[in-house]
Amino acid sequence: MTAAVLDKGAPTRKTGYGSMSRDRAWALKWSYFFLTLFVIFFLLPPVYMFITSLKTSTEISAATNPWWVFHPTLENYTGLLTSPQYLTFFKNSLIVSTFVVTITMLISIPAAFALARMRFWGSATLATGVFLTYLVPDTLLFIPLFKMFAVFHEWTGIQLLNRWWVLLVVYPTLTVPFCTWIMIGYFASIPKELDEAAIIDGASWLQTLTRIFIPVALPGIIAATIFAFTVSWAQFLYPLAFTTSVDQLVLPVGIITTLIKGDVFNWGQIMTGALLGAAPPLIIYAFLMDYYIAGLTAGATKG
Amino acid sequence: MVDTALSSNATTSTRVRAKARPSGLRKFLQRKSTIAFFMALPLILLILTLVVYPAFYAIYLSTLRKSMTSVAWMRNCQWLPDAICGYIPFGNIQFLFTRETFWMVVWQSCLFAISAVIFKALIGFIVAHFVHNIPAKGQRKWRGMLLIPWVIPPAMSTLAWLWLFDPSYSAFNYALSAFNAGPIPWTGNANWARFSVILVNIWVGAPFFMIMYLAALKSVPDQLYEAAAIDGANWWQRIWYVTLPMMRNIIAITALFSTIVTFANFDIVRVLTAGGPLDKTHLFATWAFRIGIEGGDIPLGASVSLFMVPILAIAAIFILRDITKRGNEA
Repeated sequence: MTAAVLDKGAPTRKTGYGSMSRDRAWALKWSYFFLTLFVIFFLLPPVYMFITSLKTSTEISAATNPWWVFHPTLENYTGLLTSPQYLTFFKNSLIVSTFVVTITMLISIPAAFALARMRFWGSATLATGVFLTYLVPDTLLFIPLFKMFAVFHEWTGIQLLNRWWVLLVVYPTLTVPFCTWIMIGYFASIPKELDEAAIIDGASWLQTLTRIFIPVALPGIIAATIFAFTVSWAQFLYPLAFTTSVDQLVLPVGIITTLIKGDVFNWGQIMTGALLGAAPPLIIYAFLMDYYIAGLTAGATKG
Repeated sequence: MVDTALSSNATTSTRVRAKARPSGLRKFLQRKSTIAFFMALPLILLILTLVVYPAFYAIYLSTLRKSMTSVAWMRNCQWLPDAICGYIPFGNIQFLFTRETFWMVVWQSCLFAISAVIFKALIGFIVAHFVHNIPAKGQRKWRGMLLIPWVIPPAMSTLAWLWLFDPSYSAFNYALSAFNAGPIPWTGNANWARFSVILVNIWVGAPFFMIMYLAALKSVPDQLYEAAAIDGANWWQRIWYVTLPMMRNIIAITALFSTIVTFANFDIVRVLTAGGPLDKTHLFATWAFRIGIEGGDIPLGASVSLFMVPILAIAAIFILRDITKRGNEA
């Protein structure tokens, strides 16, 4: 929604007031100066991750300048990318995120459509409820969910705890309310004439959704997809609470629990693992930044 | 927003219904409201079983003892049903109130949330202004770089901070030693550990404020600034009398959102200090995890996490009021 506003461009204030143009030139210089400082602060950890990932353990433990790489090496990368354990984490993360994005879209697109365009008993309450659900943090629910899954196992014999698919059950509670919420906004902004015309022409509601709403609201759907992916990729609490076996872990938990052995921190590998783990969201962001920002500002997501 | 979208559909539905009048069950199934209900059904089920039910289940759990039985409060109550006899609903909470660590967690959570949100909002506001100042052509690039902390999964970026703060090879202390300062026990000393977790939270969250405020800044009409400039307003007056009133809504709502998320934060503290040293940096979430999952005392852990509810509820009420207000204006 606000993407258009964002790209409207910088203020085009007239600078013909004599001293004002000089003021503006100074303001510009100071802006660049402080922006550079902030960029250094914001990019320091990722850059340091990268620096460390190129070092050997001997260089890391040597008393040399930690801010520079004297003997760059790729052994951390090759080590991790050939380690079956790390690849398992990566694979688990990828499977979980893909499934969660699919499930989220299958649930939230029809629901958002129904809530934005069709009225039924309690629909207004439900829209508010979706929004409130989105405000409920994972940290409030992990203990009852943990107990629920244990009881579920006692009743049905189906083991959910310590299986990666438990994450497919719980992640949608984080992604679906948010995606539904921003898509209600996108769907509501589509002119009513479009779907009224389709209905008059004899299209069913489902056809109206698939033929008109999904194509028209595609930017919103892409933004929601990116969010669902980043949320499920970054989620840390649920996998930490619900999975323990090494072969069931996803990336964030896997790196933290297996690369740290006792008190021994193999920093080169940990940083490489974290950097590779951060890569998928970063790559998506690099290509789809505008959708990401549009979704961020449209949905007023978590911060 | 939602209400206005919903209300004007009544005319469409009567038109459709007038066109075809099937009977009985088929008629019911083809009614618009029925179709809509079924389209929203998965969402309703998800919310009911995995959010609403667990929330109430947490309240029930918090009334139990560690052994998952109720707490005896009457010696001779065998004449009562088992479910009622010996039930102390607030036993865990009473116990928590006697624990020093609990009050430390309350204090630390409030300190953490309030200071982090204030600094995130300040930094976000300042950076948004600088980005807004520079010509439109370069803005995309700067925006892109400044949003990166927000994109990296927090568990991963906190690992980088952990390494920057490392006690023996701390890159920060190395840099400080160049100025003959330090070394600072970043995560070893209670106050420095508090400072560190707040700093990392600011680092992660400030870009979100930046992008929200930038969007708000773009929507302030330029004419207002021109009028202010002609009236002789200086830089400070322009911000105070033009920018801030125009951005008030966005500032408030972003801060409230962030308060909820910051207050309920888990990743950063868990990775950086795991609550240490001596439980001094625990938040409600990390302490509940320590007690409930790692300590195996699910009822006590549930009670701890339930203490987040009042603050989250207050913030949610304000946000909701704001959202409906905005919806009515639109």
